[in-house]
Amino acid sequence: MLIVACVKQVPDTTQVKVDPETGTLIREGVPFIMNPYDTHALEESLRLKDKYGFRVAVISMGPPSAEVTLRKTLALGADEAILLSDRVFGGADTLATSMVLTGAIKKLAEKEELAIVMCGRQTIDGDTAQVGPGIATRLGCSQLTLVDRVEEVDLKSKTLKVRRKLEGRHEVVSAPLPAMIAVLREINTPRYPSVPMRLEAEDSSIILWDNKVMQMDEATIGLKGSATQVRKIFSPERAKGEILGGEIDKPEDSARLLITRMVEKDLLSL
Amino acid sequence: MSATVIAFIIVLVLALAFFAYSCYRRFGLVLKGKPDNRFNSIGKRFWNMLFYAFGQRRVVKKPFGVNHFVLFWAFMILLISNTEFLLNGLAPDTISFSLLPDGAYFTLAFIFDIMSVLALIAVILAIIRRFTFPPPYVEAKSRDAFVILGLVAGLMIAFFGMNACEIAAGADRAGVWMPVANWVASWLPSGAAGLGTAARVFWWIHAVILLAFLDYLPYSKHMHIMTSIPNCFFKSLEKVKTQPREEFKKGNTFGVGEVESFTWKGLFDSYSCTECGRCSDACPATFTGKSLQPRLVIHDIKVNLLKNADKDGHKELPLIGGEGEGSVKEEVIWECTTCGACMEVCPVFIEHVPRIVDMRRHLVETKARFPEELLLLFENMEQRSNPWGIAPAERTKWAADIDVQPFEAGKTEYLFYVGCAGALDARNRHTTLSLAKIFDKAGISWGTLGRDEMCCGDSLRRLGNEYVFDRMAQANIKMFAEKGVKKIITQCPHCFSTLKNDYRQYGAELEVVHHTELINQLIKEGRLKLKSTPPDLGKVVYHDSCYLGRYNGIYDAPRRVITSATGSAPLEMERNRDNGFCCGAGGGRMWMEEKEGSLINVARVEEALKKQPDTVCVACPYCMTMFDDGLKDKEASDKVRVLDLAEIVANALPD
Ligand SMILES: Cc1cc2nc3c(=O)[nH]c(=O)nc-3n(C[C@H](O)[C@H](O)[C@H](O)COP(=O)(O)OP(=O)(O)OC[C@H]3O[C@@H](n4cnc5c(N)ncnc54)[C@H](O)[C@@H]3O)c2cc1C
Ligand code: SF4
Ligand code: SF4
Repeated sequence: MLIVACVKQVPDTTQVKVDPETGTLIREGVPFIMNPYDTHALEESLRLKDKYGFRVAVISMGPPSAEVTLRKTLALGADEAILLSDRVFGGADTLATSMVLTGAIKKLAEKEELAIVMCGRQTIDGDTAQVGPGIATRLGCSQLTLVDRVEEVDLKSKTLKVRRKLEGRHEVVSAPLPAMIAVLREINTPRYPSVPMRLEAEDSSIILWDNKVMQMDEATIGLKGSATQVRKIFSPERAKGEILGGEIDKPEDSARLLITRMVEKDLLSL
Repeated sequence: MSATVIAFIIVLVLALAFFAYSCYRRFGLVLKGKPDNRFNSIGKRFWNMLFYAFGQRRVVKKPFGVNHFVLFWAFMILLISNTEFLLNGLAPDTISFSLLPDGAYFTLAFIFDIMSVLALIAVILAIIRRFTFPPPYVEAKSRDAFVILGLVAGLMIAFFGMNACEIAAGADRAGVWMPVANWVASWLPSGAAGLGTAARVFWWIHAVILLAFLDYLPYSKHMHIMTSIPNCFFKSLEKVKTQPREEFKKGNTFGVGEVESFTWKGLFDSYSCTECGRCSDACPATFTGKSLQPRLVIHDIKVNLLKNADKDGHKELPLIGGEGEGSVKEEVIWECTTCGACMEVCPVFIEHVPRIVDMRRHLVETKARFPEELLLLFENMEQRSNPWGIAPAERTKWAADIDVQPFEAGKTEYLFYVGCAGALDARNRHTTLSLAKIFDKAGISWGTLGRDEMCCGDSLRRLGNEYVFDRMAQANIKMFAEKGVKKIITQCPHCFSTLKNDYRQYGAELEVVHHTELINQLIKEGRLKLKSTPPDLGKVVYHDSCYLGRYNGIYDAPRRVITSATGSAPLEMERNRDNGFCCGAGGGRMWMEEKEGSLINVARVEEALKKQPDTVCVACPYCMTMFDDGLKDKEASDKVRVLDLAEIVANALPD
C-alpha cells in the first residue's frame, strides 16, 4: 500500500523581503528549502512506512529546480520522488495546484492501492492551508486536518485513527482509508539523513511528469485553471519595536512589566 | 650438558614460546586497523622516540614522574644484566660478565647493583604512593598494579639474594664493587655450608620471576612497558590539530562504529596507555563530574578490541553504547569539548580527540543519531550557513554605522573573515567593531565578504558531521579562490584554526592570522600607537582559548598586547597556557546542553575569580559567551567584566 507525501519547495521566507517600490518579492539570492511543515509530513510518512511497511512516494509540483528538495526526500528514506513540472502548470493558485497533485495521486493509485495522502498543514510562502483539503475533496477521500498524532492504522479494516489539535482541546477521530492527513509541526521531530542514504540519493533519478505524461485538461490547470488572481503584494506597516525595562534588575519585575504591556495591547487576557 | 641447564632450556623455551604467542595474538589484532602512514620522516621519529620515550620529557613534568624516570632507566640498564643472566643460564661456562677483565666486570657489577637498589626503592615508593597519595582518576589499588610492582620487587630481592650468597660464599670476586649485595652478604655467615645452594635457589627464583614477568606483561595493564617506546616513535609528527578527511563514496564506512575501523595507530594507542590518569586529571569534562574520562575511552577501546578479538562478523560487545567496560557510552562521546588538554599531557602521545570525533562521525553520519539540540544546528548550518539560522543578509548589520569595503583582490590586502559570532552575536559584534577601528588606525587594507561570507564549519567538523563540513569547506575554498583571497584575518580562534589547519587538507594555501597575533605585530612594528596613559581596567586576567593556545601555540602574543595596552602584565589563572582549562564551548559544545555534572564555564569562572580580577580578557567569541554566562551564574557580572583583547586595545587607542 502506498502513502503519497506532498512536498513543496519554498523560498526561505525569513530571507525574502518585499521591494517597497514595486511591491514584488526580492527573490534574488534567496535559497530554497523544503516547506518546514512538509518535512513533518514526510517524517510521519516514513514512520508509518517503518511501522506498517507502506511504500512512500513523494510528489512535488514546481520548477525543475525543485529536484534538490526531492532528492533530499530520497536521502531521508522516500522510495520514489516525482517532480510535476511543466510550463502549463505554472501560475497555479490553490485550486489548480490541487488539480495537478490530485491527477498525479490518481495516476499512482492506478498501480498501487492508495492508503494515505500526507500533506503539511500549510506552506510558509502561500500560507493558505488549502491544498491538502483541495486534494481530499477532489479525490473524494477522508479529510483529516490539524493532525498532531497518528494513533494507529488498521490495515485489516482499512481505517485509521488520528488526533486533531483544535483550539483548547484534542479530538480523536477514525476514518476509512484512503485518507488525506494534513499535519502540524508538533507531530514529530524529523530525522536527519545518514551519509550512505545521501550518497544513494545523489545518484538516484527523480521521475519527471510533465503534462504529456499527466494528460490534464489545460483549462483546469496552471494560470488558466486558477480561480484567483493576485492584485497586489505589499508589506504591512509595522510599528517600531521598543525595548522594555532596561533599568529593571529582577526577572520577576521584567515579567510583570511584560505581562502588563501585553494585556494593555490586548495580546494576552488574564 | 648438566641437568640444570637442560631444565632451564625447557623452562626458557616454554616461556619464550608463550610470550611469542601472546605477542602474536595481541599485535595481530592491531593490524586489523585501517592504514595510517606512520613510517615517514624516520629520522624525526627516531629523535621523538629518544626525546620523549628515553628522555621521558613529558613523564617528568609531574613531580612523581621522577620516580618513573628512575624506574624506567633502571629497567633499561638491567635489561642488559638480565639478558646476560638468561644467556648465562644456557651456557654457564662460556657466557658471563665475570669472564670479562676485572675493570669491565667490576664496573658493570657496580652499575647493576646500584640500579637494582634504585629500582627497588622506586617500586616501594610507587606502592606507598598508591596507598597514600594515589594518582588521580586511576584504580590506584588494582590487583594488576601490585602484581607488576611485586614481581619487579621480587626480581630485585632475588638478585640481591643471589649475589649476596655468592659473595658470602666467596664465589664472586666483584664483591666489594656491589655495595648493596655486599652489605646484605655481611649479614650472612661467611663461608657457611649451604650458601652455594642458597645462591642456586635465588638464581632459580630470579629466573622464574623474570620469565613470569615477561609472560604476564602482554595480559597486564602494564603492557605499555612494551608499547610506549614505539608509540613515541609513531607519534604524530605535528601537533594533532585536526581530524583526517573522509572520502564520500558509496560503500565506504563513515566514522568508527566498530573497533577495527580505527586506524592501526588508534588501536596501538590503546595498548600504550600507561594508565597514569593525567589525561583525565586535565579534562574539563572529568573535572566537572561528567562520565567522560579520556583515560577510560582509551581503555574501553583496548578492552573492546581484546574481547571481540576472535569474533569475526558479529561483535558481542558494541564499541558504542554497550554496558560496562569495553564500550563507550554515547553521552561520553558527546561530552568532549575537543579542548586537547588530554593530548597535551599524555606522556606517550595518545590521540584521544580524533578517536572521539571518529565515534561522533559514526553516530552522526551512519546512524543519524545525536543529541536533539544538534538537529537544529545541523539544519541551520546547511540552510543558512550559520549556527543560529539567522538570515545571511544580517551578516552586514554590525557595520551599519561604519564604512566597510567589500574584499576585492588587488584593492584590499586582507580579507577580514568576521565569522558567524562576530557578525551575528550582539555581544561579539562589539569585538568586530573594535577590530575594524584597530585595522583602520593601523592603516591596514582590509575588506569583508559581507553577506556572502559563509560559516567555516568548525562546529560541524568537531561534532562529526564531516559530510556537511566537507561541502562547506569546499564551497568556502572555491569562493576564496574565485575572489582571489590569500591573506585572512580572523577574530574567532575556531575560524582561525579551521581555515589554517583544516582547509590545508584541501590544498588551500591561505595565510591566516588571528587578531591577537596581528595586533601584537602591529604594536611591535610601531604601526599601532597606544595611549600613554592606559585606560584603567583594574586587574586583568587572561583566559587562553584552546584553539588559539593549545591548538596553535599562541600564548605570548595576547599577553604582550595586554601588557602594552594596560601597562601591566595580565594575572595568570592557576591553569594557564598549555595547561589552560577550556571554557566549555569547543567541539560543538557551544550548541549543546550540559546535562551531567556541574557547568564547565562556571568552573572556569570560579578559577578566574580566585584572582579577584576586575576584567577577564578573552580572545574568542565562544569564551566571551561562556564567561558572560558564568559570571552571571556566580552573580559577579556587576563586579567583573569580560572584554575581548580587541576591545581592550580599541580602548587604548588615542582619539
Ligand atoms: C491568490 C493566489 C495566487 C497565486 N498566484 C500564483 C502565481 O501566479 N504563480 C505562482 O507560482 N504561485 C502563485 N500562488 C501560489 C500558489 O498558488 C500556492 O503556493 C500553491 O497553490 C500552494 O498553496 P499554498 O502554498 O498556500 O499551500 P498550502 O495549501 O498552504 O499547502 C498545504 C500543503 O499542500 C501541499 N502542497 C502545496 N503546494 C504543493 C506543491 N506545489 N507540490 C506539492 N505539494 C504541495 C503541501 O503538503 C503543503 O504543506 C498564488 C497563491 C494565491 C493564494
Ligand atoms: S579534548 Fe578536552 S574535553 Fe575532550 S577528552 Fe580531552 S581533555 Fe576531555
Ligand atoms: S591516555 Fe595517556 S595520559 Fe591518559 S592515562 Fe593513558 S597514558 Fe596517561
